[in-house]
Amino acid sequence: MAKTIAEINERIKQGQAVVVTAEEIIDIVKRQGVTRAAQEVDVVTTGTFGPMCSSGAYFNIGHTQPRMKLGGGRAYLNDVPAYTGFAAADLCIGSNALPDDDPRNKIYPGEFNYGGGHVIEELVAGNDVRLVASAYGSDDYPRKKLETWINIRDLNSAVLFNIRNASQNYPVAVNLSDKMIYTYMGVLKPNLGNANFCSAGQLSPLLNDPYYKTIGIGTKIFLGGGIGFIAWPGTQHNPNVPRLANGVPRDAAGTIAVIGDLKQMRSRWLVGASMLGYGCTLTVGVGIPIPILSEEILHYTAISDAEILAPVVDYSVSYPMLKPDILGEVSYAQLKSGSIMVQGKEVPIASLSSYSRAVEIATTLKEWIQSSRFLLTESVAPLPQAGSDIVLKPLNERPLDYSG
Amino acid sequence: MIISRRIVLRFPKRLVNRAIVSRLAKDYDLDFNILKASVTPDEEGLMVLELSGKQEDYDNGIRYLSRTGVIIQPLSQSVSRDEERCTHCGACVAICPSHAFELDPITRRVNFRDEKCLACGLCLTACPPRVMKLHF
Repeated sequence: MAKTIAEINERIKQGQAVVVTAEEIIDIVKRQGVTRAAQEVDVVTTGTFGPMCSSGAYFNIGHTQPRMKLGGGRAYLNDVPAYTGFAAADLCIGSNALPDDDPRNKIYPGEFNYGGGHVIEELVAGNDVRLVASAYGSDDYPRKKLETWINIRDLNSAVLFNIRNASQNYPVAVNLSDKMIYTYMGVLKPNLGNANFCSAGQLSPLLNDPYYKTIGIGTKIFLGGGIGFIAWPGTQHNPNVPRLANGVPRDAAGTIAVIGDLKQMRSRWLVGASMLGYGCTLTVGVGIPIPILSEEILHYTAISDAEILAPVVDYSVSYPMLKPDILGEVSYAQLKSGSIMVQGKEVPIASLSSYSRAVEIATTLKEWIQSSRFLLTESVAPLPQAGSDIVLKPLNERPLDYSG
Repeated sequence: MIISRRIVLRFPKRLVNRAIVSRLAKDYDLDFNILKASVTPDEEGLMVLELSGKQEDYDNGIRYLSRTGVIIQPLSQSVSRDEERCTHCGACVAICPSHAFELDPITRRVNFRDEKCLACGLCLTACPPRVMKLHF
């Protein structure tokens, strides 16, 4: 029955493609079995909406008159520092960047109310953003100071470029210590007072294609409410973590770097976020279509929350000290039940990733494909596969030798 | 019928030094539980109170408070959520001591039950998109 992406695209163009979400496919496979479902279904859509710290954006603001070379100078967007290590009119901002005068954790826990992620959200929302820049000046770029409002509609380029997103599985965070801790996994109450997880589970893109058989470099995706592409494997992409028999990695594994035109995205799907005592980030919506090219690919998309396990990790000692110990494993079905058992204690559990919005993303992508607005792409190169020579290394620190 | 309501009282500067709330118990047979009390920089008093008793006593007690010049507002009007920016992640659910946030098991959306809210403010900074607001 093997189909090709070209054949599926023909059906999409004719408005005949059968498209279902990664949630809907679970029941379809239960009712009809893999063989029949694989014959009928052309595309399964996935989605995830959670804080993704390695998100950023770059811009070309257009040349000033007289010319000014931002490269090597300094620039701020709404007081948040932007990176100026590029050419004259190019700027880059990361979601974790903070204003110089933000008190950070000097007043503990820091609130981190506004940072790079919020700047990106405001630009996408169409708000004017204040650019203040200084440069050293040169014969060909004499201008040294710039203070102006900018708006995304006037920028020559505004591109979202996230170097690590959509992590395939993720640890569940708890706190074994006797004091409150503030982490990127949210506020964790002492003595196993609560637990937080961050994955859409059965709807999450890379959990539905655990061996990256269709998701690869060049895959066209839903990104931030618009269209984007997978540019590269994400940083820390690690296909070699231990896996369950069904192929699901038992810890954070694959990741993707994604890119897309910020001008066609929506602030509903790019929301600036503040993690108390930790910092600023950006909540990003990503959805990936999986072409059903074979029964095997369909079988993977039918994964359900009960079949995905996540490790439980203590964020008071194990995580900060980079220790590998885990407190056990729990399924996403348990995580979504409201509480989990850890060391014999019932711990209330909440999510940092929004499942309802993940459903909305998968459904939106499904509607785009059904209405022939979104065609699938062949990936141009695969993501590094399980069994490749990737080893995720800690930093090998080599003390500086000053003895000369 | 016994009723119980959560209310926000604002005491104008001239009333801050008077014993007012204690009379709700003495003269009106009402139980009160003070959830929060403070004096603002402009010397106005603010108190968040859970008030319970018979409907008739409750009505009389509220009339007494109004007569003294205290400004009364239901607590539910003092707490709000920015529905546009709420992402329904759930970071607030386990943080709230009064279980005012409930995750709907079907829609997986977070429902805010303002009648359960104690106005403690813990959710304000625990919420990543910062959508909860306290208006006092």
